[in-house]
Amino acid sequence: MYFDHSATTKPDERVLRTFVDASESYFANPASLHAEGKRTEKLLERARTQILGTIGLGLTEGIFTSGGTESNNLAILGYVYANQHKGRHLLTTSIEHPSVLNVFRELEKQHFTVDYLTVDEEGRISLDELQAKLQKDTILVSIMHVNNEIGTIQLIEECAKIIHTSSRAMFHSDCVQSFGKLPLTDCTDGPDLVSLSAHKIYGIKNSGFLAFRKNIRLQPIVFGGGQEHKLRSGTVSVPHAAALAKAARLLVEEVDMQQFQQWRNDLVEFFSEIDECKVLAPNASAPHILSVAFAHITGEIAINFLQQQGLIVSTSSACSSKNSDVSHVIEAIHVPREFEKGVIRISLGKDQTIEEIEQLKVAVRQLVELIRKGVGK
Amino acid sequence: MNWNTILIRYGELSLKGKNKSKFIRKLKANIKAALSDLGTVTMRAERDRMFIYTEKPEELDRAIEILPSIFGIQSFSPIVICEPTLEDIKDTSLKVLGKTETAGKTFKVDVKRADKRFPLNTGELQQELGGHVLRVFPELVVQMKKPEILLYVEIQREAAYISSHTYKGAGGMPVGSNGHSLLLLSGGIDSPVAGYMMMKRGVSFDAIHFASPPFTSDLAKEKVEDIVRQLTKFGAVIRLHVIPFTELQQTIVKQVPSNLSMTTTRRMMMKVAEQVRKDTNSLGLITGDSLGQVASQTLESLTAINEVTNTPILRPLIAMDKLEIIEIAQKIGTYDISIRPYDDCCTVFTPPSNKTKPQIEKVAYYESFQEFDDMVVEVASQRVTTIPSKQTEEEFEDLL
Repeated sequence: MYFDHSATTKPDERVLRTFVDASESYFANPASLHAEGKRTEKLLERARTQILGTIGLGLTEGIFTSGGTESNNLAILGYVYANQHKGRHLLTTSIEHPSVLNVFRELEKQHFTVDYLTVDEEGRISLDELQAKLQKDTILVSIMHVNNEIGTIQLIEECAKIIHTSSRAMFHSDCVQSFGKLPLTDCTDGPDLVSLSAHKIYGIKNSGFLAFRKNIRLQPIVFGGGQEHKLRSGTVSVPHAAALAKAARLLVEEVDMQQFQQWRNDLVEFFSEIDECKVLAPNASAPHILSVAFAHITGEIAINFLQQQGLIVSTSSACSSKNSDVSHVIEAIHVPREFEKGVIRISLGKDQTIEEIEQLKVAVRQLVELIRKGVGK
Repeated sequence: MNWNTILIRYGELSLKGKNKSKFIRKLKANIKAALSDLGTVTMRAERDRMFIYTEKPEELDRAIEILPSIFGIQSFSPIVICEPTLEDIKDTSLKVLGKTETAGKTFKVDVKRADKRFPLNTGELQQELGGHVLRVFPELVVQMKKPEILLYVEIQREAAYISSHTYKGAGGMPVGSNGHSLLLLSGGIDSPVAGYMMMKRGVSFDAIHFASPPFTSDLAKEKVEDIVRQLTKFGAVIRLHVIPFTELQQTIVKQVPSNLSMTTTRRMMMKVAEQVRKDTNSLGLITGDSLGQVASQTLESLTAINEVTNTPILRPLIAMDKLEIIEIAQKIGTYDISIRPYDDCCTVFTPPSNKTKPQIEKVAYYESFQEFDDMVVEVASQRVTTIPSKQTEEEFEDLL
């Protein structure tokens, strides 16, 4: 039983089919002049248009990348390098994914000034602080839509309004965890650059997308033959592009987030009744992510125990799970000391069943019994 | 409240006299064709404006996207129709403004009182309505000159029309209201722009393209078809005639000294176009010539090329700079198609150097050794005619 969909999802069979079919029939280089190349290019452009359509937000440009990390890197470095003459102040949050945070850390070494917005105990930034920290020379603000560790949803539309009305800055949002799961299309104001990743939406790993508004100037971070509008050199993998487009469409058309919300509410209620557990961001979180902290044990112990019962959950984030220290997100939301090392993340996927949820509860009850008996103390 | 009506104001049309109803009929037909995908759209044309009714709000949104590219429209506004009573007008105005972002915007009420029986006069109604609106939207700032939001209220005998936003139309005249021509379409940047400019003056056209298979590829032809599709968006059906030009070109290369072969090629193209023009009941020939841009576009060259025909040749780009032309091409969406890198018939047989001042006598002399006119008729009759209609992209449906 797999409860780690925020780390990665199992590819949908239909997406794999598209990948195989496209690899067989559209293998030509889309930059080639001959008819085969042209056919492949057409498929690539169709895939691009389809993905842009599912994102909405009036974003008309898009670049295929190797995944969320590259999309985030290209968005931030690409925009900042191309627009540094306009200013050198940048703004982000303290709970971003490392593929955003570490880029800003790097930029700080290059004499850019970065402000990190704080978050409350639910992981939300304050709109007032955002407003206050915007400066005349702020050129880019990067705020993730859904946090990968605790699932907090940031009020992206409100952020966009503030950024666009009170500064000249562009707004980048890492939407890797939210894409297809929370509505973005309907926003009247939204981010100017949006990062996506395929393997979080039942697509194929090593595949992502950066969508952006027309007339935004970016500088490439990969150099070569000038593919992808000179922004991302290297022969484009059209099968990956087609598979991502397919995954995005299937997600938008088929996934019922209401169901996730119900399960999540149910689990929140379940965990809230256990004294040894603390639900992180119970009210501000996305329907498919639930982070819970146990007192007295480490996340690792919890994971090992649940795994023996056939349940796969993870510590707060797969990316930082190898680090034994408390994650920057858990630190930022000030989890009480006795809980901070015992965080696990349960993230739901589209093939989840009610029986699995029930089994999870049974296993957690057993774990809590053990904690009460003194395991881990 | 139903946002289901768009009011369209005519452009230059409203200046026309006797032919006005013909122009309006044309405009109505063009709009109808452009909105044909939208399910049920009904239209009513009056002498000074037109009304479009849609059933669903999303159809109205789509129409708002499409209408700005149709020639013959000065401006248009989505409107709400209500009873011509003060109460109803007040209520509806608030609802209309409720749909727009009002915070900090400048604002003005504009009243047109066509039905003079309405109890308040224009000034009184303006004041009454303005006051009413400001009580509910206190953040609005009244500004008489160039307000950001113009609440437009028009009172007719049977109804009042209310709108808060006016969109700019493309202007010009309805395509097809000013005769039919033939556009020489190479696939480059200029000729589509020339077609567009003539459309703006109400000219509809067929397009003719010279292909030199097997040296030019299907991709070059496809590119021209895509250009035609793109131009179709401005409100006209365009037929495309593709001429198999290889043999004629090879004959020219053999017969005419290389520094004059370009001039002869252009003359033959004109002759072929002339044939097609007659067959398609076209009145003129449209080209993308811009004076001095290349060797075939000097006044001397143009004179030599013109000599083979008496038909009016329309050259709307003749005095334009390349950069201006590119700007328009980008605006009308043909630029990205035009810069696709496929060779066309003119680049296949490029001579090493061209005469920029060809002498007509010499050109005619070299051409006299060959029965070119028979070949021209032959080639023109072998043309393949298609109507590249709106793109259907079902190809990848299974895959994506």
